[in-house]
Amino acid sequence: MAKPVKPSPVVVVIGAGPAGTRTAERLVAAGLRPVVVDEGRRGGGQIYRRQPDGFRRPATDLYGFEAGKATALHRDFDALAGRIDYRPETLAWHLQDGAVHLARDGRSTAVRYDALVLATGATDRVMPVPGWTRPGVFGLGGAQIALKAQACAIGGRVVFLGTGPLLYLVAYQYAKAGALVEAVLDTSPWSRRLAAMPALAARPAMLAKGMYYAGWLAARRVPVLTGVTPLGIDGDAHVTGVRILDSAGRARRFDGDAVGLGFGLRSETQLADLARCRFAFDPLARQWLPETDPDGRTSTPGVYLAGDGARILGADAAEVSGRLAACAVLRDLGRPVADGEIDGLRRAGRAMQRFRHGLETAFPWPVRLAAGLPDDTVVCRCEAVTAGELRRTASELGAPEVNRAKAFSRVGMGRCQGRYCGLAGAEVLAAALGVPVESVGRQRGQGPVKPLPTTTEFAS
Amino acid sequence: MGGQFRRLGEFDRPPVTIEVDGAAVRALAGDTVQVALLAEGRRLRDSEFGDGPRAGFCLMAACQDCLVWTVDGDPMRACSTPVVDGMRLVTREVPWPNP
Repeated sequence: MAKPVKPSPVVVVIGAGPAGTRTAERLVAAGLRPVVVDEGRRGGGQIYRRQPDGFRRPATDLYGFEAGKATALHRDFDALAGRIDYRPETLAWHLQDGAVHLARDGRSTAVRYDALVLATGATDRVMPVPGWTRPGVFGLGGAQIALKAQACAIGGRVVFLGTGPLLYLVAYQYAKAGALVEAVLDTSPWSRRLAAMPALAARPAMLAKGMYYAGWLAARRVPVLTGVTPLGIDGDAHVTGVRILDSAGRARRFDGDAVGLGFGLRSETQLADLARCRFAFDPLARQWLPETDPDGRTSTPGVYLAGDGARILGADAAEVSGRLAACAVLRDLGRPVADGEIDGLRRAGRAMQRFRHGLETAFPWPVRLAAGLPDDTVVCRCEAVTAGELRRTASELGAPEVNRAKAFSRVGMGRCQGRYCGLAGAEVLAAALGVPVESVGRQRGQGPVKPLPTTTEFAS
Repeated sequence: MGGQFRRLGEFDRPPVTIEVDGAAVRALAGDTVQVALLAEGRRLRDSEFGDGPRAGFCLMAACQDCLVWTVDGDPMRACSTPVVDGMRLVTREVPWPNP
């Protein structure tokens, strides 16, 4: 009698950026055929996002110093064709009972999995600034995508406001591509960068690149100010300028018709929440994040995390953690993986974690701005809820944590599901209550994690 | 008045025409709907809470602030939808979806 064929386990990977690509590649190398789900049209993710067909700029124009890594990732992803069950332009919108629900072209289907790797990446992290909902204000990563994927600048005269290494990188990329950069306005004081040097030295090449961008801008007399306090983004139907206090407390204004706004990145964790992974407050990120072991296993058996969706460590670390998560999946499925491979990957990840500490020291999330936001500043751009309305949920309605505040004020109830107001809103609420931000909790994720058209058909 | 976005390259692409609120908008093949609209104008839609025009924010399909509709009432994220020649969109009034 023939031996019954054991069905091959179904592994679903969500995301086809650096983490998801390396996870899929490692699983394929072990003889599996993973389902790879991605909202993008082609592999690469946001960091190595590819331009549309018919665009002709070379990789060095698009990705600069990272062109080699981007090209390698694209090549390796494309080489998986036929060996993965690839689902591009597909939204993983819900997880339930061991199945992931996928929507594409107005149709939703459920795929049961034995293992699920969430490589969902990150978005810009935003602290509201008065006027930030005006046309012409875009996320910093978004400003980079406009250039990379569409060969456009977000405006004719661009001000970059926020903090983090991306602020300098995008300003440099804009100026180099021929855009007019009016100013780079960083909320982090210069002294923090000196304090961070020992940790940043864990990745000398990355540090050198960051210093190169800042130096390049300074050499071309682009105003670069550190330690600023944003006062407002002026304009009516569109942006006309940015007002700040400089590090000496002087009011200054920079004209411009566009603002790239970003204060670092935040992990996309909604699906991990739906998978019922246990979360813990990460004091470094000041974000509630799913707990994982060093290889990406969550508290939910069969669910793994990789890349910036687990914690913000950047693209190189995402490739490492993607491979590690694949190794963890394989071991848990009873497939052999050499100890040496796992040890090597863990070791590679450590320097990146140390560097990450340095970045948080150099470019901290500007908590102090939340308490000082004027009452009429919009915090939740989906539902146009102001800082004052959010504070009243604490002072008059007694909301002790963010979900109650959401029920009272609708902060986080809009179409973005708290992606752009959640972290800042928690800081505003905590400041109003006079408590640490971890004690106001986190907004719970809900399916669908992004809006589905009401006409979506659901396969049984 | 110019648009919000400035094209810096990739000019050598076939032209595409779409219709937005009844008016023809010239775009280039490969543009997203957001780029097509903001290369010519300054807004994508109006906030339904009366706090003014919006032009999107994240450009990565996460914030949902760039919502526009086909004339048939299907919503789309302008930042992640490529233009198609002859596409007909509305931005000022949410049409009732066809059954």
